[in-house]
Amino acid sequence: MLRLALKMLFGDTAKFLMLVAGIVFATFLMAQQSAVFCGLMSWTTATLKNVPAPIWVVEAKVEQVNETNPLLDTDVARVRSVDSVAWAAPIYSNILRARLANGSFKIVQMIGIDATTFAGAPVKIKEGNVYDLRLPHAVIIDDLAVKRLAEERGKEVKLGDTFEINDQEARVVGIADTVQSFTGGPYVWTTYERALQYAPPQRKMLSAVIAAPREGISETQCAQDIARETGLKAYLNRGFSFGDDQDFNTSTVWWYVKNTGIPFSFGITVAIGFIVGVAISSQTFYSFVLEHMKHLGALKAMGASTWTLCLMLLTQAFTVGFIGYGIGLFFTAMFAFPALKNEQPPFYMPELVPPIVFGVIVFICGLSALLGIWRVARLEPAMVFRG
Amino acid sequence: MPDAPAPTSHALAARLRSVNKSFGDGGSRLQVLKSIDLDVRCGDITMLVGPSGCGKTTLLSIIAGTLSVDSGSSEVNVFDQDLLKMSTRQTTKFRSTSIGFIFQAFNLIPTLTCTENVSVPLLIQGKSTRAAEKRAREVLDQVGLGDRTKHRPTQLSGGQQQRVAIARALVHEPRLIICDEPTAALDAKNGTLVMELFEKVARSPDRAVLIVTHDNRIFSHADRIAAMDDGKIVEVHDVTETNPLPEHLRHHE
Repeated sequence: MLRLALKMLFGDTAKFLMLVAGIVFATFLMAQQSAVFCGLMSWTTATLKNVPAPIWVVEAKVEQVNETNPLLDTDVARVRSVDSVAWAAPIYSNILRARLANGSFKIVQMIGIDATTFAGAPVKIKEGNVYDLRLPHAVIIDDLAVKRLAEERGKEVKLGDTFEINDQEARVVGIADTVQSFTGGPYVWTTYERALQYAPPQRKMLSAVIAAPREGISETQCAQDIARETGLKAYLNRGFSFGDDQDFNTSTVWWYVKNTGIPFSFGITVAIGFIVGVAISSQTFYSFVLEHMKHLGALKAMGASTWTLCLMLLTQAFTVGFIGYGIGLFFTAMFAFPALKNEQPPFYMPELVPPIVFGVIVFICGLSALLGIWRVARLEPAMVFRG
Repeated sequence: MPDAPAPTSHALAARLRSVNKSFGDGGSRLQVLKSIDLDVRCGDITMLVGPSGCGKTTLLSIIAGTLSVDSGSSEVNVFDQDLLKMSTRQTTKFRSTSIGFIFQAFNLIPTLTCTENVSVPLLIQGKSTRAAEKRAREVLDQVGLGDRTKHRPTQLSGGQQQRVAIARALVHEPRLIICDEPTAALDAKNGTLVMELFEKVARSPDRAVLIVTHDNRIFSHADRIAAMDDGKIVEVHDVTETNPLPEHLRHHE
């Protein structure tokens, strides 16, 4: 009987395609928009990924990594003085404007790191050498800078090229592979001291202190010691995790979720995907069931149980769901490949997204089938004799 | 539910006594069947005739086990099974094994082939697709559609579609075949051809056929005609060579 149910479904080509299209649309919109949202949220923590350190120490009121409430330079020493700290280094992080050869400006995410230890240097340097940062006016730029700073030049930026930051020369000595920043500005590394020269002067300039625990001491314990002894906020840098209030990534993402309209905007789109999916699928499937009501009535009269008919409807609804979900994910992948290759637009699909979207599609199909089941359960077999 | 004993020729296939059926409640209550008594015999083709709204189809539905009767001292026995004492599940199973249906509008599923449509009653019984389709092809051959097994109903004429419906009603060898206006959707020529074929393939000493019809052209195929009016059976006439159909029934509509 289930085979017949499928033949009934596939035989009505127009309705079948409409049903699949509804599910494809819902799947694509929910999966793609969720992934773009997660990608965007991932960008908000780009600095934490590009400036690797197990512990980030910031001003006590700071909730997210892109917010800089400057510290005193002496705070580096205060952190170092904590017993459980193995090392601590200063970080300067701010958005500055780079002046290109043709006079135009581009914003850059300036990172100043300790010139002795190079703690906080880029993880992956594709060209050049981090030690060259000790040369005069030396900076390391990222992939994005290679393109962005070249837009008005007609050719890509390469090692040895120069540009200006705040009227001071910056010479490229290295190119790094990085995660793109939330602001869209490319990352530019230099030494902490030189970063202070590039940046407009303020009374306090230290953005954060990065640190690591001594051997045998957990990062959590070390962060707690730093917070207790310095009165500063010591975050861990172990990656986003729901409910991890000690992690800077988590804190940063939640800050954006709570304080910007981004989740609302994406949430609305995902909700539209869901609503359209429900509306198209439920309406079309219900109409499909109504059209076949006399056949279902005939089957019931001929001795098919209500359970058998319900199973047929469930088979039809979930077949549409599985096909639509598969095609929807395929379209999402088609969107993902160029997005990941070009790093634009943001795209990051956590492992949870496909199963959650699948769950929603199952819900939509279940709801669609339920409407049909409701009709079939109330269907009197005698109705087939009423013409 | 025990299997019904095999009927003998002219044994009773269905026995109805004091059957009442009403629809609606309160002031809008309408009594459609009024104390109906009827016997349907194996080996016979019994026709229920009468004007529209007289309760023929309601009575047919009750015999088919698809409609309940009003509470009271009614009796609806089909092959010695008391339908009124059966649960819904038992009635459903009984229909799937013992009754074949032919509907006025054929009710063939348009997206299935003739073979698949005919195999439906066997699939409902849980038979394998292969066995069901093999048997379906045999029966389609019997009704002269052996060369149309892979066609869809929409590719067939009305007469051919009704022959597919006849094959579907016979495929599981039911002991009672219930037909609701089987020729209503056919022209005179096709109606006659279909009835001739139907009589040829369906008539059997072990099987009862009950037909609701308005079509007086097919009355000649009946062994017994029960005329209904206003919810009652007003006349039952057994047709034999010595007792032909009276004139007033011949033109009954």
